[in-house]
Amino acid sequence: MTDVAPVDASLFASLDPPRLLGSRCASCGTVVFPTAGSCPRCSQATMEPHTLPDRGTVWTWTVQGFAPKPPYVAPPGGFTPFPVGYVDLGEVLVEAHLLVDREALGIGTPVRLVLEPVAAAAGGSVVTYAFALDEETR
Amino acid sequence: MRPEDVYVVGAGMTAFGRHEASGLDLAEQALRAALDDAGVSWSDVDFAVGGSNVSGKPDSLVSRVGLTGIPFTTVKNGCATGGVAMATGVSALQSRRADLVAVVGFDKHERGAFAADAAAYGLGAWYAETGMMVTTQYFAMKTRRYQHEHGVSDRTLARISARAFRNGEAHPTAWRRTPLTEDEVLAAAPVNEPLTQYMFCQPSQGAVAVVLARGDRAGDLCDTPVRLAAITQRTRRFGSFEVFSPWLTTAPWNSPSVDAAEAAFAEAGVSPADVQVAQVQDTDSGSEMIHLAETGLCKHGEQEQLLAEGATDVDGTLPVNTDGGCLANGEPVGASGLRQVHEVVRQLQGRAPGRQVPGGPRVGFTHVYGAPGLSACAVLTV
Repeated sequence: MTDVAPVDASLFASLDPPRLLGSRCASCGTVVFPTAGSCPRCSQATMEPHTLPDRGTVWTWTVQGFAPKPPYVAPPGGFTPFPVGYVDLGEVLVEAHLLVDREALGIGTPVRLVLEPVAAAAGGSVVTYAFALDEETR
Repeated sequence: MRPEDVYVVGAGMTAFGRHEASGLDLAEQALRAALDDAGVSWSDVDFAVGGSNVSGKPDSLVSRVGLTGIPFTTVKNGCATGGVAMATGVSALQSRRADLVAVVGFDKHERGAFAADAAAYGLGAWYAETGMMVTTQYFAMKTRRYQHEHGVSDRTLARISARAFRNGEAHPTAWRRTPLTEDEVLAAAPVNEPLTQYMFCQPSQGAVAVVLARGDRAGDLCDTPVRLAAITQRTRRFGSFEVFSPWLTTAPWNSPSVDAAEAAFAEAGVSPADVQVAQVQDTDSGSEMIHLAETGLCKHGEQEQLLAEGATDVDGTLPVNTDGGCLANGEPVGASGLRQVHEVVRQLQGRAPGRQVPGGPRVGFTHVYGAPGLSACAVLTV
């Protein structure tokens, strides 16, 4: 996965292995994603780069049942519903696509960070982040 | 009637749904209807407030109704636009910068779900490109988490929709007037699980206006002026679960709806238990379920029993969204909050266009919630 480009480079601490980059407030410990210049909790400009955990559990979820309006672009084969949810990483909840079968999906399902091709880019060379079933924890 | 209190002395609205007329045409119709209801003319108005999300500049209405030179403030606060517009008008009256205020809200949306611009919300383009900037996703995810924590069933969500369409059926300006059974609601297409097609409102078209005055003249303008006992607005605090959030704090605990409602009840000096007719934002049945508790009208989890017993029906102990709410009227964003006020005003005046709450209700409540996390609430009394 070294020849891929991220949908937004600021989201990632690294692509291989995939890790998300957030910010942690040196004053109050609040963790946010993506990075931010000041803390939404204590208003201090004391945010430091912070690599987020890559494993967590599903906190809530839904299935996106219709194609979102542009700038979202459906895959070449046409839109199919996709699960999306918030993943509890322990220090922050992150909203993400969930690459988990509908039957295996529930609050508390263990997941791990992966990369997912973005449909907008021809050839799938642009990637975003997603969470897939974490078989090891499961 | 205390002279410093603010009253609704006139109200008017167009039907909600789909119209040939433009957004500004609809706004003009509603404004003229509200002025007629109060028995005043535009030249009597000395301060105006208008709100529209996508359908034109509200202050351009002066070229249609009269170039009288008055101040005209435009507000734009998402689904909470109507509430914020009215709060702005109240401030002008309370500070005695104005004596007669017109407030108008309107919108004319195209078909399909709302689209939002990531940059306008301070978010990167990636968020919308990856299909996550979708309001219905948020409502569904908040609903599912709420059900998990408070044990409210999908059946309750269906009951909320079924009641909304029953109320809409009887209301002359409602858009969706075909009753649906709970089973039909549950069996409809899953738009965003656990919410089905008939658990969501749709963007629609319409306009509403109200005329406000202080107590020193409200009695001269209206047979049954309705007192705005409180109107409040609050933005989100740290730790709330809001739409368009790439991240949340763990264990989100608050909501601007909680804060705005608490402040409104405190300002009005009444308790949620005193409310006899209520409007809460029901962009979807999950939102109504959650907002009933966030505003203090019921306890968390109590919705299951309230809906099963019919307590939120027009003849129940807590009539909710008696005109069918957003679910039956659709949501013209700029007009929706004022529709709530229009309906509660008519209920308190005893001249509801649809089903009238029996027994002469004297305390009403309205609640709106808008992106990216603000709420406006009002307490109205006669």
